[in-house]
Formats: sequence, C-alpha cells, structure tokens
Amino acid sequence: MTTLNVEALEAGYGSRTILTDLDLAVPSGAITAIVGANACGKSTLLRCLARLLRPTAGQVVLDGRSVRHIPTRDLARRLGLLPQSPIAPDGMTVADLVSYGRHPHQGMLSRWTQHDDRAVAAALEATRTADIADREVDQLSGGQRQRVWIAMALAQETDILLLDEPTTFLDIAHQVEILDLLVDLNQSRGTTIVMVLHDLNLAARYADHLVAIRCGRLHTAGSPESVLTERTVKEVFGVSCRVIPDPTSGKPMMLPLGRHRAGAGLSTEDTTS
Amino acid sequence: MSSVAHTETAAWIVALRVARRKARLRLIAIMLGLVVTGVGLTLVTGPSMTTPSELLRILAGYDVPGASFSVRELRLPRAVLSIIAGMSFGLGGVIFQTLLRNPLASPDIIGISAGASAAAVFAIVVLGWDGSAVSILAVIAGMAVALLIYLLAWRDGVAGARLILVGIGLSAMLDSMIAYVLSRAPAWTMQDALRWLTGSVNGATLAEALPVLLSLTIFGGLLLARRDNLEAMRLGDDTAAALGVPLAREKLLAVMAAVGLIAVATAVSGPIAFVAFLSGPIAKRITGPGRSPLIAAALVGALLVLLGDYTGQHLLAGRYPVGVVTGALGAPYLIFLIIRSHRSGREA
Repeated sequence: MTTLNVEALEAGYGSRTILTDLDLAVPSGAITAIVGANACGKSTLLRCLARLLRPTAGQVVLDGRSVRHIPTRDLARRLGLLPQSPIAPDGMTVADLVSYGRHPHQGMLSRWTQHDDRAVAAALEATRTADIADREVDQLSGGQRQRVWIAMALAQETDILLLDEPTTFLDIAHQVEILDLLVDLNQSRGTTIVMVLHDLNLAARYADHLVAIRCGRLHTAGSPESVLTERTVKEVFGVSCRVIPDPTSGKPMMLPLGRHRAGAGLSTEDTTS
Repeated sequence: MSSVAHTETAAWIVALRVARRKARLRLIAIMLGLVVTGVGLTLVTGPSMTTPSELLRILAGYDVPGASFSVRELRLPRAVLSIIAGMSFGLGGVIFQTLLRNPLASPDIIGISAGASAAAVFAIVVLGWDGSAVSILAVIAGMAVALLIYLLAWRDGVAGARLILVGIGLSAMLDSMIAYVLSRAPAWTMQDALRWLTGSVNGATLAEALPVLLSLTIFGGLLLARRDNLEAMRLGDDTAAALGVPLAREKLLAVMAAVGLIAVATAVSGPIAFVAFLSGPIAKRITGPGRSPLIAAALVGALLVLLGDYTGQHLLAGRYPVGVVTGALGAPYLIFLIIRSHRSGREA
C-alpha cells in the first residue's frame, strides 16, 4: 500500500510564505478531503503533494522517499492529479484526451500496447464516458467534461489521485455524481483519494478523513465527526454554525448561522433583535 | 462492468485512432505530391522551358545542351533550398505557436527572425563579412533575441501575451536597425543585404543549403522524437507535469530547437516573410483539430516557399523575391488575427 506523508512542510510563492510547519499523514486507501477558508493554503498543499510546487522547507514523502528525488515519470505512474482548470486543446476528442493518461507509461522506445488501450477503455467505462469517446471535449457539458478529465487521471493507473476542487462550477446533481464516482473508484480500485473541497457537508459525507487548514497551518485532521464540529468551523472559517447529524448518512452536517434568517431557535449568539 | 465490454470499447477507440491516422497519412501524401509538383514546375520553368523528358535525362546524369546548366546549377539548388528552408520555417513556427498556445507567437512576429536578419545585415554592410561567418552570427543573434525576449517578459513566470508584446516591440526596433544599416550601405553590398529584408532564394547553391539540411535533420528529428511530451504540454503546465513531463527541460529543448531551425534557415535565405507564421494555421486547417500538425506544417512551409518563389519569378509582371509574395499573403492574415482576438476580447 502506498503511503504519502507531509513532514514539516513550508511553502509559498516568491517571498510570500503560505504554508508553515505542516505535518500530515494521508491515510492509504481512503478518501481525504482538505477543507479551509479561501486562500488558506488548501490548493498550495495539494500542489506540494503533486510536486508542482517545491517546498521551501520540509518535504513530501511517498513510500519513504522524498518526492523531490523521484524521477518525474516514475512519480506520474504512482500519483495522478486533476488540476483546478485543466486546458483541453481545441477539437480534441474524449478518447484522445483520456489516452494522455497513458503518457507516463510510454517511454522513448516502448510502443503503445493493448494494455494501454484496455486501460483507456476501462477508464472510459468507469466514468461512463465510453459512449461519447468520439465527441470533442470542448463541446461537452461541465459535468461530462469533468468526468472525462477524471477518466484521463484514471487511465494513468496511479495508486493515489489528487483532485483540486473537482466539483467547482458544477450544479448539485453533477457534484453528487462526481463524488459518487470517486467513491466507486476508491472502493473498486482501492485508490487513495485526496481532494480539495469547498462544500463542508459534502466533504463530511463523502470523505473518510477531513483535514482542516487555517492560515497555512494544520488545524485539525481526523474523522468527519472529530473535525466537523461547531468549534472547529468557528475557528477555521470564522462562522458560527450548528452541527447536526445528517438524517440520511448519520455524518455530521453543518448549518451556518448568519446575522439574518437563522431563526431564534437555532441561534446561540442572537441576543438582540 | 464486464471485461467483454472493455474489449468492445477498446476496439472502438482503436478503430477511431486508426481511421484518423489513415486520414492524416492521406493528407500528408497529398501534400508531398504537391511539393513534388512544385519542384517539377521550378525545374522545368525558365526563359526557355525544359521538357519533362529532358528533365529526366538531366536528373539521370546526361548532358542536355542548353538546359543542363540551368537545371543543375540554378533551378535545382533553388528548389532544394526552398523546400528545406520552408520546412524549417514551418516547423519552427508551429512549435512556438503550440508551446505558447497562440498563433501570434510565431518567431517571425516576435522578433527572432528580425534578430537574425539584423545581425546578418550588420555583418555584411558594416563588418564586410560574407559566407558562413554571416550565418553563424545570424544564428547566435536569433538565440540571443529569444533569450532577451524571455528575460524581458519575465515577471513571476512568463505569460504568453506579455512575451508576444515584448517580442513585437523588439521586432520593430530590430527592423528599424536593419533599415538604418541598409541606408548606410554602399551600393555593391545592397544586393546581398537586401535579402535580409524580405528573404529570397535567388542565387541559391547546394553548398549553402547544406547547413539548413543539417539543422533540419538534427533539430527537426529532435522535435519529432519528443513530440509526445510536446503534445502533453498542450494540456497546460500542471496537467503536463502531473503526466510526467519534465517541463523546464522539455520547454527549453523545444524552444532551442525551434530557434535553431528558424535562425539557420534565416541565415541562408533571409527571413522569408510570414512562412513561419502562416504554416501552422494553414496545416491545422488542412488536417483538422487533434494532434498539433508538425509534419503538415513543415510541408506547408515548403509549399509556401516553392509556390511563392515560382509566383514571384514567373507569374507576376517583373521578378520578385519569394518574401514579397509570402509577405503579401501573410499580412492580411495577421490583420485578421489581430481583429479577431480583439473582438473576442481575449488577450493578444
């Protein structure tokens, strides 16, 4: 089983430090969701995990070896990434795009094999995009397009899949569809999934492990029940809330309390009217 | 999901790929046919036409009085240089356009050709150099300008639009330098130096064409061998890196190879106007979307130079160097691109 750990990580852009002294063990074979306020360093952390950003101190360790010392192609066979806004060149077909997932498995000399075709086919089927394989990616709907990009990352056949806000810009039906798909992959292939998610309730429902980041530091990590508490939400997001059990899944569910329309019965701080 | 279903899907994507490859090969074959036709036209056309049977005998090594000299010494080197210079421009241009994801990012728009030209004009007129020394200086200058554009456009990384604007500015400065040096040129160097304004294959020799052939083989081969990495880079830097492309190294290699192609060809034929700029988009129009059309762009470049030169020599009243003809083709397209990018509200 692949292990991914972060040790005393410090990272940023230029002279601006975003992450400080961050330690994290990503549970193998589980789904981890990274949550936090805007600009708290969630995506920066994901970029460090994927080695897109070089830490200024500390390291990311994959199977006991610092990712900095793993050759690029080797790393790409073990760790896949779906960036926040990937670019599909004009007129590229779905089958072509998903075939790029095989790139790290191709050498200068090795030719495309039947195994490559089967891996692409399996990725298309797992994401239910096989029937649109000949369509052009830029003509698909947002939800379809996101499934195609996930298919590309699947064709890469990595043990770990990192996703940067995979549900942003999707309507609620497609958000749920994408998250269900990720759970399928986690269960059928045992893929370790790490994703940045905005929606706390979806994160608590779909992830086995939550990581809350506040101002570039690790605030809390653990099961949804231990992370999604009224106190943590207040500290991490600066918003008061109520946490109740989700009536269907039993996972914690967060109801934010604004200044208005929160109702007297729920609010704890609403003293004036 | 059953493995039978896998097999069906796999068979379908294989069929899709094979069909497209066939279509692409057919188009390449047609373009090759056109290039051969263009060469044939160039070889037989002159003040007195050479018949095809005479041409075949000359190419087979027989002497045909009155025709052998002009075919072997004048027209053949001209056709050869047209093809390999055109291929170099076409391939170098499409590499830049692909890497920067912008059709305006062609080396003849962003000043790399102008840099090579300016150095060559300076060497000929001011330093009194000739021959390969001029070419070598032109290559070095092309590389130096590429580096300068890169450094000037650097601000927390290089954005395509900024690089293009910096390049267009530099290009204008270099063009005015060329004009200044030419205005000071003594009459006897003018003919030589004028080639550096628009580009021409007049007076080509096979010996001159040799370095261009070498650079096309080395740099072109290098680019074709690494085309998978180049393709993956079209998905954006993050995705390419996640797919295992060592970005810094691959970008540097691709840019250096493309600059090498452009600069060596420019050093021999001059900056044949807009061939680098036009070839990629025309090739893309012909082959359709999908993979970036490297080989097709090289063939379109060869065709543009061959047919442009033929037009300038034989079809117009008066004789014009090839660059004048390709320039007349390229300028309207440049204006069209600028208007379109302005209307759609995108950067550059």
